[in-house]
Amino acid sequence: MRLLRHQLKWEQRLFWRSRESAVFVFLFPILLFTLLTAVYNGHIYGRPASWALLAGMIGYGAANTAFAGLAITLVSRREIGILKRIRATPLPPAVYLAAVLLSIMTVFALQVASLFALGRILKSTPWPNHLLSLVLALALGAAAFAALGLAITGFIRSLEGSSAVLNVIVLPMAFLTGSFGPTRHYPKVLRAIGDVLPLKYLLDLINGIYLHGQQLWDKPVAVAVLGGWGLFGMAVALRTFRWVPREG
Amino acid sequence: MSAISVRDLRKSYGPYEALRGISFEIAEGEVFGLLGPNGAGKTTTIEILEGYRTRDAGDVDVLGFDPERAKSAFRERIGVVLQHSQLWPNLTVAETHRMFAGYYERPRNVNEVIAVVGLEEKRDARVKTLSGGQKRRLDLGVALVGDPDLVFLDEPTTGFDPAARRAAWDMIRSLRSLGKTILLTTHYLDEAEKLADRLAVLREGVIIREGTPSELTGGSSETEIRYRKDGHEVVLTTTEPTRLLHELTAEALAEGRELEGLSVRRPTLEDVYLSLTADQQ
Repeated sequence: MRLLRHQLKWEQRLFWRSRESAVFVFLFPILLFTLLTAVYNGHIYGRPASWALLAGMIGYGAANTAFAGLAITLVSRREIGILKRIRATPLPPAVYLAAVLLSIMTVFALQVASLFALGRILKSTPWPNHLLSLVLALALGAAAFAALGLAITGFIRSLEGSSAVLNVIVLPMAFLTGSFGPTRHYPKVLRAIGDVLPLKYLLDLINGIYLHGQQLWDKPVAVAVLGGWGLFGMAVALRTFRWVPREG
Repeated sequence: MSAISVRDLRKSYGPYEALRGISFEIAEGEVFGLLGPNGAGKTTTIEILEGYRTRDAGDVDVLGFDPERAKSAFRERIGVVLQHSQLWPNLTVAETHRMFAGYYERPRNVNEVIAVVGLEEKRDARVKTLSGGQKRRLDLGVALVGDPDLVFLDEPTTGFDPAARRAAWDMIRSLRSLGKTILLTTHYLDEAEKLADRLAVLREGVIIREGTPSELTGGSSETEIRYRKDGHEVVLTTTEPTRLLHELTAEALAEGRELEGLSVRRPTLEDVYLSLTADQQ
């Protein structure tokens, strides 16, 4: 426990001190929200556009922070030998990974809070009603994306390629699943692709809870699919996660 | 009492046999040098002892632990400097030490460690602003912060300029005077000769010579005598340098000439090492 607190404290310091992570991981969804609400008016899903965009950016933030941000952090540490170095200390590997995950969850929680606050200031968006459901939904979504983030690190060979690879995954996923607006009018093929992606189901949950006053348990299918993606990510991560760079 | 005991250690990577049954002992408080060309198996050996790699066969005992299975209690007592590893560029020297200190039950005082590795002036500098040599000293400081009994140094001075190497040597000597056991790999002969109490020369996964630096060089009884005669370099090797020198000087005196550029040289560790590893090239 002492070790976990110690490492979490240092993970937070490392995150906020790096301009890349603070801007690209924390600020990017907030900047996008500001831009999108400036250009979109009218209604989406029967609610003011800014409400739906707020929900969309929270979903995008989960993927961008817990999946892409986590994966880039771990790949870069692996490639420059920090993960290997940590393994030589008495810090148990599970405690280390737990601290890294908790740290990224903390960043995501602050990001969500900032988005709600900014929405309130710019567009008078309401605070969420069903807070417990929302927190549980976001925790589930962030955990599933974190598991997928751990899993994908095994397939990324170099630091140079990592942010390109992850953006090629995250941005189209956000687009196809409706983070940036409804997908009703998309071609069938694109909608079919969007329908298997995990972000689709996280957005389903967030939209249901924030826009339509539902509870988490009103959407068991979305919860199950998201949980399934999380378990899949974990199973892959257990087989492919590496602490040292690939040799040769 | 042995800090490290290795018996018939073997390791293969696919069909390639990296270690073909090596054995050695390192006593507590000893500086042991593992010397050999690239690809000889030095890093494989040290990484098996550190617990990073599994072995195929053989017995390994490090501070009473089997590193393959050892957990935190073992890691409390070792310090590791890896060959290629960096630390967080955005933390300062002091912060990096404090972060690592938190992993140990009884860490050393961070300021003391920073002083030991000579980074006091860089205490609050970000790691990314350090020179290569300073980064290596930071690696060493981080390895020492848990107050280990045993320190692994994998090529600690590779890429250093001569002044930085001498500074690193002084640091390693001061570790020795603190009673730490040190296992050092290097391909620099002068480094091994100056620092190590005992050496093992590794070639193609086999230890081909082991002993103190003077035993290694003393094993050869040849002496080399060089001088110039009529503008030509003359090189003689002999097992009886006293007699040969006497003859040469007597002859030169009789002829009334000088033995120009006369030098008498015992083989250095480098000569021994090169002759040991020569047939490989």
